Amino acid sequence: MMAKPSPKQTPMRKQPPRERVKNFNEVPYGYSQEEAILEAKRCLQCKNPTCISGCPVEIDIPAFIKLIVEKDFKGSIRKMKEKNCLPAICGRVCPQEEQCQKVCVLAKMAEPVSIGRLERFIADWEAKQAKPEVPRKKRSTGKKVAVVGGGPAGLSCAGELVKLGQKVTIFEALHEMGGVLVYGIPEFRLPNDIVEREVEYIHSLGVEIVKSFVVGKLKTIDELLKKFDAIFIGTGAGLPWFMDLPGENYNGIYSANEYLTRSNLMKAYLFPQYDTPIVKGKQVAVIGGGNVAMDSVRTALRLGAEKAMIIYRRSRVEMPARNEEIHHAEEEGIIFEFLTLPVAYHADSKGWVKEMECLRMKLGEPDASGRRRPVPIEGSNFKIPVDVVVVAIGNSPNPLVPNTTPGLEIGKKGNIVIDEKTGKTSKKGVFAGGDIATGAATVISAMGAGKVAARAIDEYVRTGEW
Amino acid sequence: MKVIAKERIAENLTKLVIESPLIAKKALPGQFVVLMAAKVGERVPLTIVDADRQKQTITIIFQEVGYTTRLLGTLKPNDSLYSLVGPLGKPTPIKNYGRVIVLGGGVGIAELLPLVRALKGAGCTITSILGGRTAELVILRDQVKEFSDDMYITTDDGSLGEKGVVTDPLKRLLDESSDYGLVFCVGPVPMMKAVSEVTRLFKIKIVVCLNPIMVDGTGMCGCCRVTVGGETKFTCVDGPDFDGYEVDFDELMARQKRFVQHEKQAMCKLDKQINNEASWERNDDG
Repeated sequence: MMAKPSPKQTPMRKQPPRERVKNFNEVPYGYSQEEAILEAKRCLQCKNPTCISGCPVEIDIPAFIKLIVEKDFKGSIRKMKEKNCLPAICGRVCPQEEQCQKVCVLAKMAEPVSIGRLERFIADWEAKQAKPEVPRKKRSTGKKVAVVGGGPAGLSCAGELVKLGQKVTIFEALHEMGGVLVYGIPEFRLPNDIVEREVEYIHSLGVEIVKSFVVGKLKTIDELLKKFDAIFIGTGAGLPWFMDLPGENYNGIYSANEYLTRSNLMKAYLFPQYDTPIVKGKQVAVIGGGNVAMDSVRTALRLGAEKAMIIYRRSRVEMPARNEEIHHAEEEGIIFEFLTLPVAYHADSKGWVKEMECLRMKLGEPDASGRRRPVPIEGSNFKIPVDVVVVAIGNSPNPLVPNTTPGLEIGKKGNIVIDEKTGKTSKKGVFAGGDIATGAATVISAMGAGKVAARAIDEYVRTGEW
Repeated sequence: MKVIAKERIAENLTKLVIESPLIAKKALPGQFVVLMAAKVGERVPLTIVDADRQKQTITIIFQEVGYTTRLLGTLKPNDSLYSLVGPLGKPTPIKNYGRVIVLGGGVGIAELLPLVRALKGAGCTITSILGGRTAELVILRDQVKEFSDDMYITTDDGSLGEKGVVTDPLKRLLDESSDYGLVFCVGPVPMMKAVSEVTRLFKIKIVVCLNPIMVDGTGMCGCCRVTVGGETKFTCVDGPDFDGYEVDFDELMARQKRFVQHEKQAMCKLDKQINNEASWERNDDG
């Protein structure tokens, strides 16, 4: 008889906080084979598994875990890639605690199986092998599909389409593939060479990749429709919000997009070996409570900040960031200023920000999001000395494609309106998914949307029926 | 992305002709590219000075003042850029504005060239005013003259044209007649500010072309934000042309100095690289 599973997850070793704040290396080391097998054995192999329904890309979770127990790692990664072509990325950045692990049967009585860590393990195991296996593809249909945007939605859509037998070309605006995975998520959470590896896998499946190509400028969607049978738009939420505060354009104040793009994509943390500069503040305030805010503030610490602060208008329980990220930030000595709202900036005579003026807040009645609304306490103004500020309060869908595509229905928030079940837009032959359709969300939901659209695109180009 | 031709047009001013069939086909006056000289390089915006659809090339002209522009200046024909993206930004609206004054300063004169050509083609009557520190820096004057009905030149040291600044002839012209449909200015920020102040006195529409620091150039980062009429705009997607009355030039000048310290550090690195190469060459000779 099988031994009763341990109520606790097999822990993952990680860099001690004092060490890791001095480098940009990944924080967790990943499971060893022994640790992975130990954790895999905790899976109950339920006859009616609930975990799969919690996964936006429907990975056969019990099956890939069973193969780890059997030490058939090759079989395990093959099983994984039937549904998910970017496992090393998902194993690191998916909010599993909100998805598959939340509905794991074990979670009712103990800690759920650490599905994310096992996903990461099996993907990293494959990376150490000579060459990843390329799955069999369906016979070519001779149809051509353009994918606009090389981020998570586009990559997952392209990976799926090419397996279904379509000829796929991805157009990416930046000089590197990966979208938010390379410009946004820092090296210590998702190393860029891992993204590069998974992009290379998509490429090895036969997907053509065109970089530095801005659709909407170099070619419009209508022009692409003359050469492609269908188009998927996955251009993301790339328009950063500011707060419209007095002094917000003073020197030293960045959007999170700029701060992270400089550091991650352009490697400003390696300046002057790399040419892109970044101002390394001593007193850094990051405004916001999401994952992007955590990424920014932990980047600031690694760039040498003496004091790296989160400024958030609500309290800890309302923070939208993953618990794990908040926990990592706390371990590293990030200072949290809760119930605090910036209202103005003050600068020195040369236009560099030196103080952030804030108000204290209190929590009132719940708002539309179900969270208690923060209400300013009048007269509670105070000033925080700062030399760098990062505004991480969210992004809107990128307007470049919506603005240059007649016939595309656009929602109130600048998003492209789609049918969620198929990704179809209001324009024939054009599909969309990910943040451009939903507004800023998660990597995995974008990947899920890419995959849903891929199936609908496959059907559309085969039948011609809209 | 291959360099087809290179020309040194003045001290520190370099012209590169770059192969790019798709950009050449789409580029319109006022638009720019963002390029990287090397894999470790930074992304810098440069105005498309010319786009030749037959030859499938675009032309950029830049002043070798900073680290990246000096690095670009070391490229030779057949070398390749690491990356090139464009055409970005909104094109300048071209129509018959009637009588027009265009002003260019320094490397801004190069950016003026596609505009005067297009405005002339649209039937405008063009008076151009070019300015520079010294005669050699008043570049491309023959080319600009070709499309101008009238031309004035000013230099700080009086070595060419009249001694003074571009606002001197501008004031005289506007004093004589304010019957101009448009004033367009591109050059250093203090010059655009001064020109905007002069035109304000005469209540004539002024458009300035801004060239702030950028990263992606597609509206994603907000590095190039500028206050226009009290509102924050992104130069890369909302510009680069803006109403000169409305631009907060003082803020823009401060923002242009964000990386002065870094620039010094990078220049030290470049000097070392160049010295190293020079010493290798000496070794070869020996």
